[in-house]
Amino acid sequence: MDNWQELLVDLVVIAVFIGGIAQFRTPSGARRGNITAALAFAAALALVVYRNTIAQPWLVGATFVVGAVAGWVIAERITMTRIPALIALQNGAGGGASLLVSLVELGRVSAADDALGIGFALAGMLVGGVALAGSVVAAAKLENRISSRPPQLPTYNLLLVLLLALFGGAAALSLTITGLDQPVALAIAALSTLALGAALALRVGGADMPVLISLLNAFSGLAAAFLGVATGNEMLIAAGAMVGSSGTILTLVMARAMNRNVGSILTGAQLAQPASGAPSAGAEGAPVAQENAAAAPAAAGPPDALRQARGALAGATSVIIVPGYGMALAQAQHEVAALARKLSQAGKLVRFAVHPVAGRMPGHMHVLLAEADVDYDDLYEMDAINDDFATTDVAIVVGASDVVNPAAITVADTPISGMPILRVHEADTVIVCNLDSRPGYSGVPNPLYQDPKSILLFGDAKESVASLIGEHAR
Amino acid sequence: MSDILLMLGIFAFTSVVSYALISRVPQRLHTPLMSFTNAISAVTILGALLLFTEEATALAIVLGGTAIVLAAFNLVGGFAITGRMARMFRQ
Repeated sequence: MDNWQELLVDLVVIAVFIGGIAQFRTPSGARRGNITAALAFAAALALVVYRNTIAQPWLVGATFVVGAVAGWVIAERITMTRIPALIALQNGAGGGASLLVSLVELGRVSAADDALGIGFALAGMLVGGVALAGSVVAAAKLENRISSRPPQLPTYNLLLVLLLALFGGAAALSLTITGLDQPVALAIAALSTLALGAALALRVGGADMPVLISLLNAFSGLAAAFLGVATGNEMLIAAGAMVGSSGTILTLVMARAMNRNVGSILTGAQLAQPASGAPSAGAEGAPVAQENAAAAPAAAGPPDALRQARGALAGATSVIIVPGYGMALAQAQHEVAALARKLSQAGKLVRFAVHPVAGRMPGHMHVLLAEADVDYDDLYEMDAINDDFATTDVAIVVGASDVVNPAAITVADTPISGMPILRVHEADTVIVCNLDSRPGYSGVPNPLYQDPKSILLFGDAKESVASLIGEHAR
Repeated sequence: MSDILLMLGIFAFTSVVSYALISRVPQRLHTPLMSFTNAISAVTILGALLLFTEEATALAIVLGGTAIVLAAFNLVGGFAITGRMARMFRQ
């Protein structure tokens, strides 16, 4: 810190950043907060350039423009369905930048430097590398480039420990040796953080993705904060700490919404294998788990089911739509929004209930529905709407299974037991627009499929929902 | 020594204040929140800029330049996508 005036200016910039976050309450507030923080960021950049002499201004300017233009063009052009992967990649880019900066800083370290700064630079390198590799793997999973099925290796934990030890060893070595060998030791340390991040992310799959994404978000912030301590830059520390906080909150919210702890998700504690035999008993002693899956509604073939579903909707006065990852996969958000508009034009009360972990990242469903012009005020969070299912005529499930699985309440000792769910089974009628009757990611069979009040429209959600509109269009 | 205390103080203070503020962000805005904080984490670009304020080897210049490209991508892309999503939400 050079003097107290500079510190004061830095604190003002930090306060403006915080002011940006404070506005994140409503969509319009988010717009203003985004602009506020972008201005604070511009000020922070200007301050660094003003206070220091940049040795290669043209190179710095050119590299900035390349990154900025690429970032802008992709962000403006990408389709909303691919946003999760883009956000993961952006996060990875930030982590990668932290990794590179700490590499260079560590390469300049001399014996005279303080141990604390070196320690934080190493920490920044570790977290940054994990964020980079983890995010790239996460993005590949979100784009279905690689399988989201976690690989099963009995030695996985050992592998992680070994990679961590390799990082520690190479990092320690890089501090004690000099000359040409030092960059080699640093490179090995950096590569081990990348391997660690990839290994961590590969193991987290499917419906656990929101936790992974949030955690990597926190990591990229922490990497920046650690680097800030290492280089003595207050704005880096503060901004990094904000992101660390935000990512931590999201991680905890997501884990809580799945009734799992973060550790068990990261260490790949196994979800039980698909239970042998269906869950035994229903809540109110109702014979939910009929042995014969083909009984009652399922026996009614597709055309019959569609007729029943249209009839139920025609007679309903209140409808709640519950979207899940299947809606994103089928890209059915526009059909779902059109259905909602039709129903509400017919004078029915139509609302959306969104589970916190529906989809593959925090808030995934909300973004898709907003893209399809669903009104922000029609989107309800779980706690705000859960009690209303009991007084609702029809609940429409679109591509969701685990988050509406009554077994979470009624059956003990399943991977989802105790997980808070949207209680669609309390509605008078449940229309299920899922691909098939296979269980969701948790592997727990869903008793909804055997419930006599369910109308099952299996198949592509886009088509199922469109066929529901067909009737109402007439 | 006072420097490190100051830095840790700033870390602790902003962590706590942001925790309090962000806990109140509605779930509906979680995706924009994430891309927004993502953009802020590109603050590491300040560290990358500072690399160019002293004598640098060719390797350091290549690594530092790459860091600027990555951070600028994260920075501009993050704010752009956040703005795009926030505009999409209709009230």
